Amino acid sequence: MSAPTTARQNDRLGREKPSPRPRRPHAATHRSFLRAVPLLPAVILLAVFLLGPVISSFYGSLTDSSLSGASAQDSRFVGLDNYSALFADADFPKSILLTLLFLVASAIVGQNVLGLGLALLMRSSNRVVRSLVGTLVVTAWVLPEIVAAFAAYAFFNDSGTLNNMLGAVGIDGPNWLYTLPMLSVILANVWRGTAFSMLVYAAALQDVPPEITESAEVDGAHGWQRLIFITIPMIRRSISTNLMLTTLQTLSVFTLIFVMTGGGPGTDSSTLPVLAYQEAFQFGQLGFGTAIATIMLLVGAVFSIAYIRVLKPEVD
Amino acid sequence: MGMTSPSRRTMRAASNSVLLLVTAAFALPLIWLVLASFDTRASLSIKLPDSLSLQNFRDVMTPETAFVPLLNSVYLAGGCAIITVIVAVLAAYPLSRYRMRVNKPFLYGVLFGTCLPITAMMVPVYALFVAFNLIDSVAGTTLFLAATSLPIAIYMTKNFMDSVPVSLEEAAWMDGASMLTTLTRIVIPLMRPGIAVVFIFVFIGAWGNFFVPFVLLLSPDKLPAAVSIFSFFGQYGTVAYGQLAAFSLLYSLPVITLYVFVSRVLGGSSAMAGAVKG
Repeated sequence: MSAPTTARQNDRLGREKPSPRPRRPHAATHRSFLRAVPLLPAVILLAVFLLGPVISSFYGSLTDSSLSGASAQDSRFVGLDNYSALFADADFPKSILLTLLFLVASAIVGQNVLGLGLALLMRSSNRVVRSLVGTLVVTAWVLPEIVAAFAAYAFFNDSGTLNNMLGAVGIDGPNWLYTLPMLSVILANVWRGTAFSMLVYAAALQDVPPEITESAEVDGAHGWQRLIFITIPMIRRSISTNLMLTTLQTLSVFTLIFVMTGGGPGTDSSTLPVLAYQEAFQFGQLGFGTAIATIMLLVGAVFSIAYIRVLKPEVD
Repeated sequence: MGMTSPSRRTMRAASNSVLLLVTAAFALPLIWLVLASFDTRASLSIKLPDSLSLQNFRDVMTPETAFVPLLNSVYLAGGCAIITVIVAVLAAYPLSRYRMRVNKPFLYGVLFGTCLPITAMMVPVYALFVAFNLIDSVAGTTLFLAATSLPIAIYMTKNFMDSVPVSLEEAAWMDGASMLTTLTRIVIPLMRPGIAVVFIFVFIGAWGNFFVPFVLLLSPDKLPAAVSIFSFFGQYGTVAYGQLAAFSLLYSLPVITLYVFVSRVLGGSSAMAGAVKG
C-alpha cells in the first residue's frame, strides 16, 4: 500500500482526533458511542454466556451446592472447603497427574512431533503419497468427535482391529481400554489431533526460503543438522504458537475419553474434564465439580495470558 | 534442479514408505467405520463383509433414529452459525474500521475467550442454566454454542474485513451513507468468501459438538445426532455395530462435504489455519 493511501486512511480513521490530545467535544463523544453500538450484541452474548459461567464458577466453588435436593435451593457459603476436600481426595491429585501425562504425551510430544515429522516428510515425497497422507490424517480430524471416539473405541476394543491384527501375527494383545486406558486414549488423541499440527507446520515450512537450506547444504550441513540449526529455528514462532494451542485443545478433550473408557476403570483415565463431569453429574457433587472447573479455568487463563504475552498475536 | 542425486532418491523412497506406514495406521479406524456400515453382521474389528449391503442404512434411516436427530443438529448448528456470523460481522466492522479506545481491550478479551477450555466450564454452565430455567431449551443451547464460537469468529471476521480496502467505503461515506448501509451494501458483498469460511467453520464446530447438548438438553425429541448416536450406542451397543457405523457416516457426511468445499472451492483451509496462526 502506498504512503498517501495510508495517510489518507489514518486521516479518515482519526478524524475526530485532530490534535494529539484532543478535548472531546460533545458531538464527538456521541459519535464514538454510536460507532461502538455494533459491538453490543457480541458484548451481551459474551457477558451472559461466557463471563456469567466463569463468575458463577468461582462463586459456586465456594458454596456447598449439590446437584439435587434441598441444598440446591439455598446453598451455603463454605469458603475454601471444596478445595481442601478436593486436595484431600485421592482422585484429584491423581487426575492432575493423568491430565499432565495426557497433555505431555498426546499434545506436546505426540501431535507436535508427529505433525512436524509428517509435514517435513511430505516435502520430500511424491504427490500421490502426499495427498493420500493429507486426506486420511485430516479426515480423522474433521470427523465429529463422537464418531472419531467410536472409531477409536472399536480399534482398541478387546475384540477390535488392533487385537485382531496382533493375533494374526501370534501376539495375544491385552484388553487395551481396561489394562492400558491412558495409553489408548493418548494414542487416540494423537490420531485425532495430529492433522492440526501438520497443517500449521506445513504452512510454516512453506515460508522458509529454500535458498537458506540450499546454501546450508552447499556448506555441507547434513539433513539432521539442517533441520535442527536452520529449519526449526526459522519456524520457532509457529512451534510455540502450536504448542500452546494444542495444549489448550487437549486440556479440554472430553468426548474421546468419555466414550472410550468413561474415565475408567474406576478413575484410572479421568483427566480433569472427565473428573469434573463424574463428580458433578454421577456422584452429585456439584460444588466439587465446580471447584475442578474453576481450577481448570485458572489453568486455561494462565496458558492464554502466557500465549498473549509471549507471542503477542496482532490485535490491531 | 533437473538432476536427482542418488541420496535424494533414497530420501524420497524412505519418506514415501514412512508416510505410507503412518497413513495405514491412521486409516485403520476409518476403514472399520466404512466396512462396518455395509456389513449386516459387523463386529468391532475390520473384516470384509460377506456381502455389501445397504441394509444398515435402510434400518437407521427412519424418522426417530436418523431424521429427527439430524434435523435437530441442523437447527442447533445452523442457528448457532447464523447468530455467530451476524454478531461477529457487526462487531468486526467498528473494530476493523475505527480506531476506538475499546478496540485493544476488546480484542484481547476476545483472544482470551478463544483460549478458554469450554469443556471445563460445563458444570458451572449447567448450574447457571438450571438457575435460569434454560435446561432442555434449544434456544438457550444454541445461544451458548454461539457465545463459545463467537471469539474465534470475531477474530477471523476482523482479519477478513481488514483485507477489504476502505477506498470504496470512503466514496459511500462521502455520499452520506450510514454505517449499516456501508456494511451491508459494500463490505459484506466484498467479503462473501470470508463470511462463508467463518460460517462453515462455526457450523462444523457446532455440528460436531457432543458435550454441550449432552449436558444442556434432555428430551429425546430435541437431541441432536451427536447425542442420539451416543444413546444409540448405549442401547444397542453390543449388537448393532453396523447400524451405528452407518448412522455415524450419515452424520459425518455434511461436515466432510463442507470441509472439502471450504478447502477446495474457497481455498480457506489456510484461512482457517491462519485464524489460529497468531
